[in-house]
Amino acid sequence: MKDFATLFTRIDESTKTTVKTAALADYFRNADPSDKLWTIALFTGRRPKRTITATRLREWAAEVAGLPDWLFEESYSIVGDLAETIALVLPPAEHEDDQSLTYWINTIKTLSTLEEEDRKAGILNAWNSLPTTQRFLFTKLLTGGFRIGVSAKLITRALAQATGQPEPELTHKLMGNWTPDTATWETLIEADDPTADLSRPYPFYLAYQLDSLDDLGPPADWNAERKWDGIRGQLIIRGGEHHLWSRGEDLMTDRFPELSTLKDYLPDGTVIDGEILAFADEKPLSFNALQKRIGRKTVPKKLLTEAPVILMAYDLLEHEGKDIRDTPLKDRRNHLKTLINQTPNETPIRLSEAVPFQTWDDLAKARDQSRDIGAEGLMLKRLDSPYLSGRKRGDWWKWKIDPLTIDAVMIYAQAGHGRRANLFTDYTFAVRSGNDLVPFTKAYSGLTDAEFREITAWVRKNTLQKFGPVRQVPPTHVFEIAFEGIQASPRHKSGVALRFPRMSRWRRDKPMDEANTLEDLKEMLATYG
Amino acid sequence: MADVLTFTDRGIYCPAGDFHIDPWQPVDRALITHGHSDHARLGMGRYLATTGTAPVMRHRLGEITLDTINYGEETQIGDAKVSFHPAGHVPGSAQIRVEVKGEVWVVSGDYKTVADGLSEPFEPVKCHAFITECTFGLPIFKWTPQDILTQQINEWWATNAAAGRTSILGAYALGKAQRLLTTVNPDIGPILTHGAIENTNEVLRNQGITLPQTTYATADITAQTHPGALVLAPPSALGTTWTRRFGPASTAFASGWMALRGVRRRRAADRGFIVSDHADWDGLNDAIKATGATKIFATHGYTSVFQRWLTEQGYDAHVVSTDYHGESLETSEASEA
Ligand SMILES: [Zn+2]
Ligand SMILES: [Zn+2]
Repeated sequence: MKDFATLFTRIDESTKTTVKTAALADYFRNADPSDKLWTIALFTGRRPKRTITATRLREWAAEVAGLPDWLFEESYSIVGDLAETIALVLPPAEHEDDQSLTYWINTIKTLSTLEEEDRKAGILNAWNSLPTTQRFLFTKLLTGGFRIGVSAKLITRALAQATGQPEPELTHKLMGNWTPDTATWETLIEADDPTADLSRPYPFYLAYQLDSLDDLGPPADWNAERKWDGIRGQLIIRGGEHHLWSRGEDLMTDRFPELSTLKDYLPDGTVIDGEILAFADEKPLSFNALQKRIGRKTVPKKLLTEAPVILMAYDLLEHEGKDIRDTPLKDRRNHLKTLINQTPNETPIRLSEAVPFQTWDDLAKARDQSRDIGAEGLMLKRLDSPYLSGRKRGDWWKWKIDPLTIDAVMIYAQAGHGRRANLFTDYTFAVRSGNDLVPFTKAYSGLTDAEFREITAWVRKNTLQKFGPVRQVPPTHVFEIAFEGIQASPRHKSGVALRFPRMSRWRRDKPMDEANTLEDLKEMLATYG
Repeated sequence: MADVLTFTDRGIYCPAGDFHIDPWQPVDRALITHGHSDHARLGMGRYLATTGTAPVMRHRLGEITLDTINYGEETQIGDAKVSFHPAGHVPGSAQIRVEVKGEVWVVSGDYKTVADGLSEPFEPVKCHAFITECTFGLPIFKWTPQDILTQQINEWWATNAAAGRTSILGAYALGKAQRLLTTVNPDIGPILTHGAIENTNEVLRNQGITLPQTTYATADITAQTHPGALVLAPPSALGTTWTRRFGPASTAFASGWMALRGVRRRRAADRGFIVSDHADWDGLNDAIKATGATKIFATHGYTSVFQRWLTEQGYDAHVVSTDYHGESLETSEASEA
């Protein structure tokens, strides 16, 4: 597992995509085929079943290290990761033998068939024969969780470098429900896949945020649409099959099974750019509804009825089997409209309608309604623009609405995880209510590392009370909290829940008695909830 | 019996000798364990430090009234008998032993128990009470053995040099940088230094410490003039425009905090080498045991956790609040004292 540990370290410690890709490509050129396949599987979320509880692992590690439980817990709270804590506190390995990644994964699989005594012996033996990084990885595999800063996209790029195959073909090969038990490196990666062409997507065209309307010229040159708040997707219908790609070039086909009916109503050789939205009664549902669908590989029936999705179609990239990205937007939209009009109303697809406007003032008014309609703002696209690839300035702009903001007081702080373990980055915020403070949200992003360091030092010096990992601090610092939406929530003491809360500014200028009040929050709920 | 040392808001104080140890507020008479900025500060009436620490103090603090003392040499200050003993932290660093009426207390300053090939190795000093730092007082901190560390750094440097990259290594200017200098293999390529480090090198060389040849990286020194170089710089210089002249580069930090994955990732360098001039968990526990002391005071670091641990081990353990920073994480951009 030494080469896998080296790969992990190179990926984990670098922030440079080129370094990560090169490390992976190196590995894919040289490692054992079975290890390579397992690596792809692990990095794409296919992991061996969890065979042991975290509690047991904790106990055994503390026992071997000769530490009282409380000290193990203190260590864990500093490290922020159980597998890492275990790897660090254990005494150095007494014998090292370099077995393959596959060997250790098979060991873990065997463990599940054993009695607890034997399981324990197996795990202690592994811990005692692996150096720190490998021990950490082994324990990560045991606990089931395996997260590393590698996207599927990066893996395909590295595979492309190592094998000379085109990326989209590899993406296609990696989709679906394979596991290292059902596939081999040869069958999955090296064998030809005659259907790859059928699923190949076009690169997405992405817009920049609009700085000013001044340079856009006459309003008549532009098409405006709502900017929907879902998941951008590209639907491909070719050879009687459909494929749905995300912007990150993830295949999402299986996650949204209801869209499979589209291939029955749209002709072969159709590629549509659009937004996946949870949608009912001709209205988008809240993003929360869609959130339940994200990250699920299979969808239970209940969820399909609770949060049905549609494709809100923006653009047509391929028509009658021809790439039409160079034709003007106006024409592409006309074809798109014709296609969608031919589908019955129950079909889960809608045209993202143009927002009519004569003047920029009209449009600004329309933008102000975004929140009511469940949109994030507007998209402005030049009517004669081609469909470009990547993020480009000039022809397409997004014109998002400003987030809602409220000034709140920090009352609790907690250390972050991963990259931010050791810094207090997760805060609980309160609004004022008479002489009381009512907590209403947590937020953990939006500040610079320097600001986090400064607050961390302050928290260390000003802790009033510790509740486990949480520290109560005097209500002193005021932060502007930005958020995208507000909903009533009986589960919260304040009665509200915010969507995407983050710290937009540290209001060093504001004393705590100038923070907003619960009244203000309730007013926002009445207006925007 | 009265305490040999007391803890005041100016620093550690000895009533019998009327002096302070590593004070952080101006006092008349200061005994200094070592030259790091959180231990040796400006504004004291007169100073006493080891002959090995004096040059760095003069360099950093300028015109001061400074007496020197050799390791193991005894001196009487008021009613206290005082001597300095190697702490293994940086060249010249000392633990300070104070004896009053047969009662012996030792202030560790900062220390590490493993020999680094540069500093005078740590010597345990028998005492009744031991005032210890515990910057890394958690069982998650265990340092990489020196030989493996050296191999890791050399390998990293050689790989970069072969790929046409400069290797930029962030390390604290006094101690860590020179310790790394003496262990890397100078045959791999040229060694360049940031001004802050070169100044300290100069001070140490002048007091007779042998360091490999280094070149001060002035503005005209680039990746073209010195291909495949190892550049030593204080951590604060990494990620600034200063490093640009070295072209394509791999960056690394050398610090005890690099034991933690979260910190390694946050510091956004390509590598993290686990190396510290403070004692790790085993080092702290072994050092304390070796003193034979029953009373322990924990100063900077994970003091409350460490105190609880020591109490459970049967020591009479206390936490002392000081103004020392150790190899502080929050400020680790600049300091690792
Ligand atoms: Zn210190
Ligand atoms: Zn120091």
